[in-house]
Amino acid sequence: MTDPNTPSLILSSSPHIRSGKSIESAMYHVLIALLPALAGAVVFFGLDALRVAFWAVGGCLAFEAMCLRMAGKPRVLRTLADGSAILTGVLLAMNLPSSAPWWLVLAGAFVAMVVAKHVFGGLGANPLNPALVARIFLLIAWPARMTHWPAPRFFPATALMNADGVTAATPLGILAAAETPAAGVKALEAQFAIRDLFLGNIGGSLGETSALLLLIGGLFLIGRRIIRWEIPVAYVGTMALLSTIAWAIEPEAAPDPAFHLFAGGLFLGAFFMATDYVTSPMSPPGMLVFGVGCGILTFLIRFFGGYPEGVSFAIVIMNSLVALIDRYVVPRREGLRAKAAPQAPAEG
Amino acid sequence: MSLIAQATRRRGRGGEGKTFSRGGIHLPEFKEITADKAIEVLPPPKQVFIPLSQHTGAPCKPLVKRGDPVKAGQMIGQSDAFISAPVHASVSGKVNKIAFHAHPLGPRCETVVIDNDGQDDWDDSIDVNAPRGAPDPAKGKEYLEAVKAAGIVGLGGAGFPCHVKLSPPPGKKIDVFLVNGAECEPYLTADYRVMLEWPDEALSGLRATMVILGVKQAIIAIEDNKPKAIEAMRRAVEKEDPAAAALGEVGVVVCKTKYPQGGEKQLISAVLKRTVPSGGLPMDIGVVVQNVATCVAISDAVWRRKPLIERVVTVAGVGVPEPKNLLVRVGTPFRALLDACGYSPAPGSKLIMGGPMMGKAQRDADAPVVKGTSGLVALTPEEVAHRAERACVRCGRCVDACPMGLMPSQLGTLSANDALDGIKRLGIMDCMECGACEYVCPSHRNLVQWIRLGKMKLSKKGS
Repeated sequence: MTDPNTPSLILSSSPHIRSGKSIESAMYHVLIALLPALAGAVVFFGLDALRVAFWAVGGCLAFEAMCLRMAGKPRVLRTLADGSAILTGVLLAMNLPSSAPWWLVLAGAFVAMVVAKHVFGGLGANPLNPALVARIFLLIAWPARMTHWPAPRFFPATALMNADGVTAATPLGILAAAETPAAGVKALEAQFAIRDLFLGNIGGSLGETSALLLLIGGLFLIGRRIIRWEIPVAYVGTMALLSTIAWAIEPEAAPDPAFHLFAGGLFLGAFFMATDYVTSPMSPPGMLVFGVGCGILTFLIRFFGGYPEGVSFAIVIMNSLVALIDRYVVPRREGLRAKAAPQAPAEG
Repeated sequence: MSLIAQATRRRGRGGEGKTFSRGGIHLPEFKEITADKAIEVLPPPKQVFIPLSQHTGAPCKPLVKRGDPVKAGQMIGQSDAFISAPVHASVSGKVNKIAFHAHPLGPRCETVVIDNDGQDDWDDSIDVNAPRGAPDPAKGKEYLEAVKAAGIVGLGGAGFPCHVKLSPPPGKKIDVFLVNGAECEPYLTADYRVMLEWPDEALSGLRATMVILGVKQAIIAIEDNKPKAIEAMRRAVEKEDPAAAALGEVGVVVCKTKYPQGGEKQLISAVLKRTVPSGGLPMDIGVVVQNVATCVAISDAVWRRKPLIERVVTVAGVGVPEPKNLLVRVGTPFRALLDACGYSPAPGSKLIMGGPMMGKAQRDADAPVVKGTSGLVALTPEEVAHRAERACVRCGRCVDACPMGLMPSQLGTLSANDALDGIKRLGIMDCMECGACEYVCPSHRNLVQWIRLGKMKLSKKGS
């Protein structure tokens, strides 16, 4: 088939050079960015944090391998090494308490990889964030296990222990459990210092604790241009604005806005979950809309909803709107609104 | 403030740091391979192959037949259509045959094959040593005819007939002529060497063009990775003959290096902060853009009646032993250029006419140099290593890279799925196929190819 007189040159459409960037490099960048927060979780919750992460990552890899085999996809090992299953595993772990038993973690990994990802066709095809779908499933299936948190190591022993002495309620949990909003705010402000919230010295899931460490990872991702600034800034900004307004209107019934920024999973959600490529809009203006939507929904759920925390629900609801956002909120096309220069009347 | 004062207004010094507003990418340049190689004349080959279509528009009909003697510069093909450009013999000798022959831009094309007699005997109408003077502002029509007769097309690669660009319909008022010295493709240094070695010739062509267009302002735009070219052009403007200088103001504007700055719309955005309307042309906003090497060709046509039968071609690549900038006759087979550079493509490598971002891959080295051949770039088998297309992960980098504000990923997916309404709505026809999206895609999707396919489907449906 090849003519022996002419060397067989490669023919293909332009462009003929590529940046060499790969999906892998983005995935591993996000994993690196999660390391500080994961290390923080180990410091606060001990080796239990690693145990949960181990089961989550191992479970996600195993279920991904199973799905790839069942679907007859080639190069299973290479796909496993692309980092996406590992990343889903770590993100899932970040959404679980360090006390989660192994079977709970595996159930989450199953839902994430099989139900949320591979049923839809695998990487790139899933409409909802797999780790968040898993978290929501676990929250509904085993609410008690998902809402009791070991106290962090440096937490004042007397402050918020239950009868069994090992669990600490989250700040948002206290707010939601209080009889009246005002009572909740009072209890909250009596028991938590904003500094502890920011550093992560509070009860919560692995990645719900230290806003500072998450911020470091998030800024690293923006600095390395792995994610854009639009979603995190719009999300955190909307949340800051709305909780400030609520606080300004009724200071007794709403906590200091800083609580809402640093408590719960806002930073984890804004920097690591809402920015998931597959399940967020593709264009910068779409990302802004998406981030603002996440912020509004989180605010509504936290202030008016039945759950103490709204980040997971907010992001998953916005995930489901991404196709619409990408259709209607697109970049301004160059020259679409440009007008031809006014022309002199034709001569002759 | 005049347009030129605005365009050269200091951001850094001399207007540096200007670039187009949207998207764009930074590429490895590879220009160091040939940047310091002075233009060398490649002796005309024994046989030249002159395709009768080397331009956008109607192909020419041959004016000669087998056995006819021809002189260098003699017109051998012409068309009655307005959007077309005549072709000329690039050597003296005898017509060997008129037959279908390999063409660098795709399907085989009717081609005049001329046996070179080695005399380099030029057509009588041409005086290759005539001096270049100061153009006469009253002779615009005459100059335009000379450009048309010389068969000049844009030398940047697109090959649009020059006289068409220089004849805006009545009512389109042009107020500035923009000379494109951006040369933003990696590897290529042909325009760079032209600016360095022939700045006065380029300026002479610029002046003639100003007369043809009747404009009083012209801007030469060069990227900041070519400081020597900037200096050479500035010096040429400073020491210009006062008679020519009286024709209007010329400014040299420095742009921040970014791909695809050499795209007409991007260059206009960078230098003039004007936006060409979607589906429109630069002339709609009062601008005409020509490549800097085209200006030299215009000067040759106006002052020497010399048609476009030779041009500078960069031959470069990591695997090319002696990369060069060659002055070659149109119709010279690529193989002759590669031989001159001591290179023979190994199986599995890639030979590209033009730059690596928008150039055409060649099936072999048989096709001839045409008017739009700015370079021959050879990529080694390691460099072309093909990577399988993977699923889109919707990272949005293509959207960030697109200089036209499009969503390349969506266009690619919709094109592949025949969603013609969708690609039309998303402005697929605005895509100029610069390849920035595909360059950055981490999933190695063949976005440009999908988009081309979509455009083809759309135009097929429309007709």
